[in-house]
Amino acid sequence: MGARGTEPATADATPVVVLTGVNKHFGTLHVLNDINLAVGKGEVVVVLGPSGSGKSTLCRAVNRLETIDSGTIAIDGVPLPEEGKALAHLRADVGMVFQSFNLFAHKTVLDNVTLGPIKVRGLTPPEAEKKATDLLDRVGVADQAGKYPAQLSGGQQQRVAIARALAMDPKLMLFDEPTSALDPEMINEVLDVMVALAGAGMTMIVVTHEMGFARKAADRVVFMAAGQIVEENSPEEFFTHPQTDRAKDFLSKILTH
Amino acid sequence: MSGISTLLREYDVLGAFWVTIQLTLWGALGALLLGTVVAVCRVSPVGVLQRAGTWFVTLVRNTPLTLIVALCALGVSNTLKISLAPPDSPTFIVDNGFRWGVVALAVYHASFVAEALRSGINTVPTGQAEAARSIGLGFGATLRHVVLPQAFRGAIAPLGNTLIALTKNTTVVATVGVAEAAYLMRNMIEFNPSLLYFIFIVMAAGFVVLTLPVGLLFTWLSNRLAVRR
Repeated sequence: MGARGTEPATADATPVVVLTGVNKHFGTLHVLNDINLAVGKGEVVVVLGPSGSGKSTLCRAVNRLETIDSGTIAIDGVPLPEEGKALAHLRADVGMVFQSFNLFAHKTVLDNVTLGPIKVRGLTPPEAEKKATDLLDRVGVADQAGKYPAQLSGGQQQRVAIARALAMDPKLMLFDEPTSALDPEMINEVLDVMVALAGAGMTMIVVTHEMGFARKAADRVVFMAAGQIVEENSPEEFFTHPQTDRAKDFLSKILTH
Repeated sequence: MSGISTLLREYDVLGAFWVTIQLTLWGALGALLLGTVVAVCRVSPVGVLQRAGTWFVTLVRNTPLTLIVALCALGVSNTLKISLAPPDSPTFIVDNGFRWGVVALAVYHASFVAEALRSGINTVPTGQAEAARSIGLGFGATLRHVVLPQAFRGAIAPLGNTLIALTKNTTVVATVGVAEAAYLMRNMIEFNPSLLYFIFIVMAAGFVVLTLPVGLLFTWLSNRLAVRR
């Protein structure tokens, strides 16, 4: 039973992100093949699929860290700008959490979280520090505020990265395999933060291999293979009654051990 | 012995080295600023700037410093009459020569600073810039707040090498009459050929005193400021 119910939220009510006919090639590899996807406000979409299926590229395309060859991606009805200030402005509204954390290595934990609010949102340093302290407290690393990223465990670093993204008050959070680089005993501390975030109504696109998270927090599972969306369903339906052979094959491989 | 003490009384060795130090500091400052601009051009997404940066480095790095100094002093200053000091100033000749010397040193060493910095930028993982862009920082802010601070720390050792080279390269400016250490040495030797070896040793020791601490400082800094990942 999903924490937020098994009913998929209606994506077309107030879609935050709409991808229409998105295509991308890496050389001869068709990494995104005619992707159509809408994510509603407050919806949590988990993207699953074998490696190389294009799920990370999809996630990165939403804030244009990857360009696309054709199709459109719109956030709150506004198509992604090509470059420049407009794009930076849009990215500020889209939080991104990376597989390898990517905390600013030369800045303390607190400075990592305050940089965006001060330089992009125009908060004063005391305001930004207050906000950062609250967020670090929320993700459980407030006592590490003065340390540098290299002094923290992977799980702590990833929670700081989530706080850094939240400090921008994003409309949408993207998670690109947030637990794949973590030691097993640190995965749960990050997933707990993400589950709490989902429970608080954040709109999320999560690329992950964590089936437990998908069952617990997702409104919808999107299964990708070879650059295409092969199947979309509620987590319960997807895990218990996968429709396509590709999804059955994938689930048999990851659920049997 | 009396020859040596007379020599040191007649010639202002410390004063000459003070000019060397000033040339070094101003030249280093100019090279750092210009070199940073060139490095930023080379990593910018704008094709014209990239090519301009590459051209600057290729052209300047492969031109002998003597030619650049001569171009500044003889070509630009004497022939084109572009001066860097007020012409009616009583110290016009000294100031103008010194300032053009600084320009020549700054331009020449900027190419080395740019390359040191570019290798420093290459030590910063792509994810750092992606994270900066994902919180809404533009190209300039990403460089200023995230990439360049880490690039400078990664480039400290080669930047130290460039500073030491610059210190010694100030001697080239003597060729156009700036009264720094090498200029003084030439005069001293010309009038006191019997003290040739002594003069050599004094001058060599002076440069060792200037450059050795710089080398030690930069080695210490590069350990101290290294970015832990």
